Amino acid sequence: MCLGIPAKVIELYENKGMKMAKVDFGGVVKEACMEYLPEVKLGDYTLVHVGFGLSIIDEQEALETMDLLKQIEAFGDEAAPAD
Amino acid sequence: MKYLDEYRDADLTRKLLADLAAVQTRPWTLMEVCGGQTHSILRSGLDQLLPAELTLVHGPGCPVCVTPLELVDKAITLASRPEVIFTSYGDMLRVPGSGRDLFSVRAAGGDVRIVYSPLDALEIARRNPEKTVVFFAIGFETTAPANAMAVLQAQAQGLENFAVLVSHVTVPAAISALMDSPDVQVDGFLAAGHVCTVMGFREYEPLAEKYQIPIVVTGFEPVDLVHGILDCVRALEAGQHGVWNAYARSVSRDGNRPAQKVIAQVFEMTDRAWRGIGVLPQSGYRLREEFAAYDAELRFPELQAIETKESPLCISGLVLQGIRKPVECPAFGRECTPQTPLGATMVSSEGACAAYFRYGKINSS
Repeated sequence: MCLGIPAKVIELYENKGMKMAKVDFGGVVKEACMEYLPEVKLGDYTLVHVGFGLSIIDEQEALETMDLLKQIEAFGDEAAPAD
Repeated sequence: MKYLDEYRDADLTRKLLADLAAVQTRPWTLMEVCGGQTHSILRSGLDQLLPAELTLVHGPGCPVCVTPLELVDKAITLASRPEVIFTSYGDMLRVPGSGRDLFSVRAAGGDVRIVYSPLDALEIARRNPEKTVVFFAIGFETTAPANAMAVLQAQAQGLENFAVLVSHVTVPAAISALMDSPDVQVDGFLAAGHVCTVMGFREYEPLAEKYQIPIVVTGFEPVDLVHGILDCVRALEAGQHGVWNAYARSVSRDGNRPAQKVIAQVFEMTDRAWRGIGVLPQSGYRLREEFAAYDAELRFPELQAIETKESPLCISGLVLQGIRKPVECPAFGRECTPQTPLGATMVSSEGACAAYFRYGKINSS
C-alpha cells in the first residue's frame, strides 16, 4: 500500500474539477490524480500512491546521491554520514 | 525504467555492502518501520548479505496488519448488508476477522469490490445511487491524502451514498511507543520513505533528540536500503543522533504541503487501537465533525455492538514490535500460512510473516 512506483507524466488534463494525468509505469499507463502536485509538468517522474501523485522525483538530488554513493570508498575512520 | 534500474544495480549494492562491513565495528540493531521495506529486504536477499553483527528487526509499518480486529469485523458486518457495496484495497480481503474474512463474505454473495484508488470507490458510488458505497479507509500517512480527497470529492460532487470506515494510523506515534517499551531494543530507525514523501521528516527530529537515536529516511530499492542502513550505522559508530535523508530524490524536510493541508482539513488526530499492540495515544486520524455524514460507523450505529475474538496462537503483536521474528512463532508455516492465515501479518504484501513465508525463510532448526 505504501509502495510507490516512479511513473512518467505523459498527459495532463482536468476531470470533475481535479487535476489528472496519464502516467506511464514503464509501459503500463494509468490515470492518477495530480491535485497534490500543482507544479507537475509533462515529462516529470512522479511517485504514485493509490492513484495520487505525491512527489516529483528530483533529478538533481538523484544525480548527486548517485555520485556520492559511487565515489565513496570504504569509510574507515570518517564515520559520520555526509548529509 | 529510469529511477528504478539504477537503484537495483547489483555491483553498486555490493560496493555499499562492502562499505558497510568496513564501517561497522560493533553489533547494532536497526528497525525498518515499513513493511514494504521488509519485503524488499527479503526479496532481494539483503538480509543474507548484511554484516553478521547487524540485526534488522521488522516494524509495525504494515497498515493491513495493524488495522484492529474490531474494524475488520465491522467491515465484514457492513459488507454482508444487502444495500451496501463494500470497497477496499485488495490486501484487506483475506485478513481474518473473528469468524471469517471479506473474501468469504463475497463468496456468500456480498458485494465486495477491490479498488486501486478511493477515487474508484467514488465512481462506483456515482454509478450505483440506490446503494451505499463504503470504502475501507485504512493506512498510514501515505494513503491519507487519497482517502481525504475522496471524502472532499464526495462532498463536492454531492455523493450522499458514499461513506468511509476509517482506520488511519501514523508512524511517529509508533516510534515513540516502541522506544518507550522495555521489551524493544532498537539502536536506530530506517524511516519509511514514502510516508515521508507526504509528511517530510521534520516531525522525526524531536524523536531523534528525545531518544538520542539516528533516524534515516530510506527508500525501497536495494541500493536505497543499503544507503539508509549505511548512514544509520555511520551515525551509530560516530555516537551521533539526528535525522538523515537517504532518499532525497523523493523526500524533502517539509514533505508535500498541499497533501498535509487536505489531511488536516478532513481528519483530526485521535487515539487509535493497533492490532496486536493496543491503544496508542494520538496515533491516528478520525474524520472531523463536519464530515460526520461520511462516517460509516455513525451511519450504521449497529456496528458499535461488535465483539471480537483473536486467534490464541497468533503472536503478530510481538512480530509487529520487532520482539519476535516470524519464524519464532510455533504456528508459522504450520497452522498459519498465507492460505490459512491466523493473523494479518501472514496476509499482506507488507506483512513480515508473509514476507518470510514467501521468500523461503522457513526456520531451519
